[in-house]
Amino acid sequence: MRLKITSLLAAGALLSACGSSTEECVEASGQGGLAAAEMAAAEAACVPGSVADFVENVGDRVFFDFDKSAIRADGMETLRRQAEWLNKYPNYVVTINGHCDKRGTVEYNLALGARRAEHAKKELAAFGVDSNRIKVVSYGKNKPIVEQDGSEWAYQQNRVAITVLD
Amino acid sequence: MMKKIFFTVLPILSLTFSAQAELRIDITEGTFKPVPIAITPFDGGGDPQLTKVAQDITQVIMSDLEGCGLFKIVDPNAHIQSARDVMTHPRFPDWKILNAEALVGGLLARNGGNLQVDFRLFDVFTESQLTGLSIGSDASNWRRVAHQIADAIYERITGDKGYFDTRIVYIAESGPEVGRKYRLAIMDYDGFNHQYISSGHTRVLTPRFSPDRTKIAYVDFGKNDKSPNLHIHDLTTGQAQSLGSVEGQRMSPRFSPNGDHIILSSAKGGVTCLYKMDLSSRKLEKLTSSSSAIDVSPCYSPDGTKIVYISDRGGTNQIYVRDAAGGEGTRISFSQGRYDNPVWSPRGDLIAFTRQNAGTFYIGVMRPDGSGERMLDSGYLLEGPTWSPNGRQIMYTCQPTSRGKVGLSAIDIVGFHKKKVNTPGEGSYPTW
Repeated sequence: MRLKITSLLAAGALLSACGSSTEECVEASGQGGLAAAEMAAAEAACVPGSVADFVENVGDRVFFDFDKSAIRADGMETLRRQAEWLNKYPNYVVTINGHCDKRGTVEYNLALGARRAEHAKKELAAFGVDSNRIKVVSYGKNKPIVEQDGSEWAYQQNRVAITVLD
Repeated sequence: MMKKIFFTVLPILSLTFSAQAELRIDITEGTFKPVPIAITPFDGGGDPQLTKVAQDITQVIMSDLEGCGLFKIVDPNAHIQSARDVMTHPRFPDWKILNAEALVGGLLARNGGNLQVDFRLFDVFTESQLTGLSIGSDASNWRRVAHQIADAIYERITGDKGYFDTRIVYIAESGPEVGRKYRLAIMDYDGFNHQYISSGHTRVLTPRFSPDRTKIAYVDFGKNDKSPNLHIHDLTTGQAQSLGSVEGQRMSPRFSPNGDHIILSSAKGGVTCLYKMDLSSRKLEKLTSSSSAIDVSPCYSPDGTKIVYISDRGGTNQIYVRDAAGGEGTRISFSQGRYDNPVWSPRGDLIAFTRQNAGTFYIGVMRPDGSGERMLDSGYLLEGPTWSPNGRQIMYTCQPTSRGKVGLSAIDIVGFHKKKVNTPGEGSYPTW
């Protein structure tokens, strides 16, 4: 079931316009002059039911407002798509990783990250995903996704719950 | 490995007695003047090796005493007597001219393979010896000997135990923010004798010393980086063990004053509650319950009767105090902004905390009833205060700017003397 993706991020970055058609993707990546491995990854992104399909086409992350753990409307839409996909591919189990930006303390952010991940889990369950398939773990502010140089965009990227297919 | 150190009290020099009040800093008062102290360069008795050690020891004593903010070092270039002369017949009137109020002399000698250091502390105005010790130790231990001399001077003049012969455990951080490595490390309070404890293969956070400083409780995410559990590292055996994994993510461990259990938080279903865990039976007892709040960062009062912690049950993070035995908890923080990391002073008189308001972080203290709040330092990101064992200094994590390095700083709560604590790389979350 699970496909090996070696350069998921690179493929994701280059194929931000990736649709659901395999043909389109390969064509697009060919124009970009990708290496063979990256082309394979790019192709994989469009294989329905693959990890890359989930990350690229469904969206693996739900963003939060500063110091908040309430699911926003955009997050709810992402979680609805995630649930639909997970219900279609019932062999996957997932871990939701809770993250926070660095403008807080290590201790409180561990708890806040846990609450963000749990809120995402609750919504997935409400959309029909068996909660036994969902684990949560919080990294608080100690495992940022992008470097925080003071820009609001960087902080936003780290206030996130990421659904990872295990 | 700790090497043995032997103490002998030196007989008091018979000096003329003066009826003036004895030299003393009252550090319970809000304002005070640093005590001018003359520390004569310790004498190595003409032995080149001992002379070098004597210089180093003198330097460490001066750095300890000046660093705490309670003493002002009298310029050694102005000294009018050698340490050897001071040890036998201090000329007090001459030292008075230099405005020195305290005077220290010391001699080094070899005793078999060991180092022997004798020192005396004098009160210049009463012309009397305040203390004198003879300390014997392995020569490699000279830093500890120096710290102990500084401790003896501090204790004799302030009436409080010194904190110079102490160690810090903290999180040594390396690498960019993304993919950063976290390692447990231990060092002397002034950053010397630094050693790593953990390998860096696992994510470790929030270390806390046991009351006897032989164990460290902390969070470890495990080799797969997905299994955050509480661990205890035993410094005497060098071994770490997990306190077991259960449903819920445990965090914020802290030892009870008698060391037989830890108090902690556990997050489950979006709620974070306080628990205590007996360390021999590993039995958990739930202390707070809520349907939605985060209760985190618990810490006992030194007598074990109360618990201070953070709760966001009122909407924002605030400091609450409750009886250890039970109860709802009373909010004690009321200034603008939000609070984190409350830590009870070992003296019981104050609670240190992190406060965040309008984009600035503060380290501050308040009394356990919430009165007398004052900020000690502020900056881009300050957090994780820890008290010196005597409750006079606070060490904490300090990142001065958004791109700045994360490091350790310490501040004296009376002298307000702030200084950076040296670490080989970046560092956070000290425990003292």
